[in-house]
Amino acid sequence: MTQSFIQDTQEAIHEAIQSKGLLRITGSGTKDWFGAELKGNPLSTKNYQGIINYQPDELVITVKSGTSIKEIELALEEKNQQFAFEPPHFGDNATIGGMVCSGLAGPGRVSAGSLRDFVLGAKIMDGQGQVMNFGGTVMKNVAGYDVSRLMPGSLGTLALLLDVSIKVLPKPIATATLQLEIEQQKAIHTMNLLASQPWPINASCWQGEQNGMLHIRLSGAKAAVESATNSFKKNLGMKLLDPDEAKKFWDSLREHQSDWFKSSNHQALPLWRFAVAPTSNPINLPGSTLIEWHGGQRWWQGHLDAAAAKAIAAKAHGHASIFRSSERDLAMLSSLNDNPLTKALVPVQERLKKAFDPHGIFATGRLA
Amino acid sequence: MNSLAPPPLLVRQQELVSALRPFLAEDALLWEPEDTIPYECDGLAAYRQMPLAVALPQTEEQVVQILKVCNKLNIPIVPRGAGTGLSGGAMPIAEGLVLSLAKFKKIINIDPIARTAIVQPGVRNLAISEAVAKHNLYYAPDPSSQIACSIGGNVSENSGGVHCLKYGLTLHNVLRVRAILISGEIVEFGGLAPDAPGLDMLAVFIGSEGMLAIVTEVTVKLVPKPQVAKVIMASFDDIGKGGQAVADIIAAGIIPAGLEMMDQPATRAVEEFVHAGYDINAATILLCESDGTPEEVEEEISKMSAVLKASGATHLEVSQTEAQRLQFWSGRKNAFPAAGRISPDYYCMDGTIPRRQISELLNRIKDMESKYNLRCMNVFHAGDGNMHPLILFNGSDEDEWHRAEAFGSDILETCVELGGTITGEHGVGIEKINSMCVQFSESERDLFWAVKAAFDPKKLLNPDKAIPTLNRCAEYGRMRITGGVLPHPELERF
Repeated sequence: MTQSFIQDTQEAIHEAIQSKGLLRITGSGTKDWFGAELKGNPLSTKNYQGIINYQPDELVITVKSGTSIKEIELALEEKNQQFAFEPPHFGDNATIGGMVCSGLAGPGRVSAGSLRDFVLGAKIMDGQGQVMNFGGTVMKNVAGYDVSRLMPGSLGTLALLLDVSIKVLPKPIATATLQLEIEQQKAIHTMNLLASQPWPINASCWQGEQNGMLHIRLSGAKAAVESATNSFKKNLGMKLLDPDEAKKFWDSLREHQSDWFKSSNHQALPLWRFAVAPTSNPINLPGSTLIEWHGGQRWWQGHLDAAAAKAIAAKAHGHASIFRSSERDLAMLSSLNDNPLTKALVPVQERLKKAFDPHGIFATGRLA
Repeated sequence: MNSLAPPPLLVRQQELVSALRPFLAEDALLWEPEDTIPYECDGLAAYRQMPLAVALPQTEEQVVQILKVCNKLNIPIVPRGAGTGLSGGAMPIAEGLVLSLAKFKKIINIDPIARTAIVQPGVRNLAISEAVAKHNLYYAPDPSSQIACSIGGNVSENSGGVHCLKYGLTLHNVLRVRAILISGEIVEFGGLAPDAPGLDMLAVFIGSEGMLAIVTEVTVKLVPKPQVAKVIMASFDDIGKGGQAVADIIAAGIIPAGLEMMDQPATRAVEEFVHAGYDINAATILLCESDGTPEEVEEEISKMSAVLKASGATHLEVSQTEAQRLQFWSGRKNAFPAAGRISPDYYCMDGTIPRRQISELLNRIKDMESKYNLRCMNVFHAGDGNMHPLILFNGSDEDEWHRAEAFGSDILETCVELGGTITGEHGVGIEKINSMCVQFSESERDLFWAVKAAFDPKKLLNPDKAIPTLNRCAEYGRMRITGGVLPHPELERF
């Protein structure tokens, strides 16, 4: 199957080069709504599935890009391990390829690190059909540029991801979730203040308008989680959440299935994402805000002029993008052009894309 | 041909110096050999080259101007931090300029609540942790040369340290880099936000060995200092059992703060040198550290002890005081000077392999010792599979040096064969540039060149390092420490 998939794909690539066509790399399409408008003929990884190697004591799994995240997470679960960056699936058959190339992460990202932090190596097929290997399966590797870590977030505009090696971690022994009613500005400060102290904090979330509810998830050794729980109850007046309820809370937050996301899920309202410096002030927009990652990721639903959104984000040292919406105006996606210090990187990015894909067959424009 | 015409290099030097002089102070531009000789090598002293000139700018504006001049005159630039690198990444180019960032020493801002520090590239790694200690924070990556190496160099090499299994490499601890492209344009990779628009260029920039742009500012992530740390010293009567114990700890769901291994030749050499309290009768020892809250450390130490015993440890000793913990580590950190005491020369490898292959590699090294008739001691970051075999030899004996070279290639090739890599943390630089031909195919190396050209189209920034051209692939370079002494012998290394 592997050999024929590779041959078929090489043929498709060569055909696209000849016909000056565009190829849109796709897994199971669960994130088709993400990024710029879809263009090009689908190049599917559906026939390229399976675990190539999983060595729990090496903390690494190597998989084919068409494999479903669910299948991998079940395999990890069996060995009591996990993807610590908690990737959102956003659909039933979400694939590892889509997970990596969208670069998205869930609540645990704030303590564990981003998806790209966990990528150890990749086998890719470039825009000329050449198969190449970068990185590897070991934790430390400084031979050559870290090309495999350019794949996360590249949205299929560089190369086809074939196989990827990802670092995995043991599941925490204990977790606990605590909540507290608190106003936004204070919540942002509290999340960051606690994170600057040696507590086993793994995730945070606040939602509301002026006032709202703060959730903090602890995870780690049993004794450490217990002592933090007791301290937060006693000193901050936080309430411990029932474990099942807590799991539901974080799962639905990760998948954007909680009540807060309802209107944008039904595409009634556009969902904006502000990625900002965590300690920045509340974004001054009417209605409810949802804050994650100690303030680094903020969600807001509503109609907003792209320039206004970008101005708000720039003030908070970050960037704004429409995340999910029926309108997919390119201007509503954050880009290197938004910041005077990244403008000069626009031609660099173009040349990087050309380095992988000289004929532009993956130049779908999906990454603004 | 006019025999009185000055040699072309001197003409180039004149051209460069007169173009740079208008905006650099007298002591910030060196070109007389007696002034530039300290820059002829970095920590890899076997490789030396005098540059055309050395510039020591003090402001970002000066760096911009230097880059513009070199871009216009087509003069290659070798950026340099503290010069502690071990792969010759900062070795000058005969027709090039050395651009030292040593005067960029300011810590610009510390934000204890946001847990970030903005620092200039010449700030020493340890100086960051010292400056933020009052907030109970620190900068996690801790290469053994941390008292001297600079953060700019750490960014260029993606430096690690003994704690990176739990806390990550430079890549995982740098949020933003401000840099200057060869065109003189000031740019920013990453940022204070959790991510940045476009491709993740910060990821490819870190570890790019000074070949893509010149760093002028770095925002690092700070982490809260653990309340307590304790280390277990575990003895094994068999190397294979020690290697298996490393895998067993990870398999038990524990990520130790540090997990280091030393074989008997190494412990004996070290014990004689620093009296770290090591069990010199053991075939190998492991150092396993736990850090966190007191409760957490207690729990983890007892779990690790149980795993180590089950894996066949013959003796366990847990550090009872902070002083004893530091004593255990001092042995590990002084392994290299200790090697220098027992052998006229030693030759250091930096391969990384999957952890499960540790005992296999150690057994193969044992066989190689007989094959090459040379001794080898092994110290390594076992938790990461990053090995530092030290081949002991006498450099004044030509035949011994050739055997040591062959021994070294054998080890590196074995690392690649066992599914690993030629360098885990020292970088490719000039030293391992030829081994890159073994690890990467021609199309992969072509892509590396294209990535470089995307940032630096004229290939002026640190050319001839890290990525070999086809022509280079025939030669082999090696790290060789003459007289058992590295430059700056006072520094702890590896």
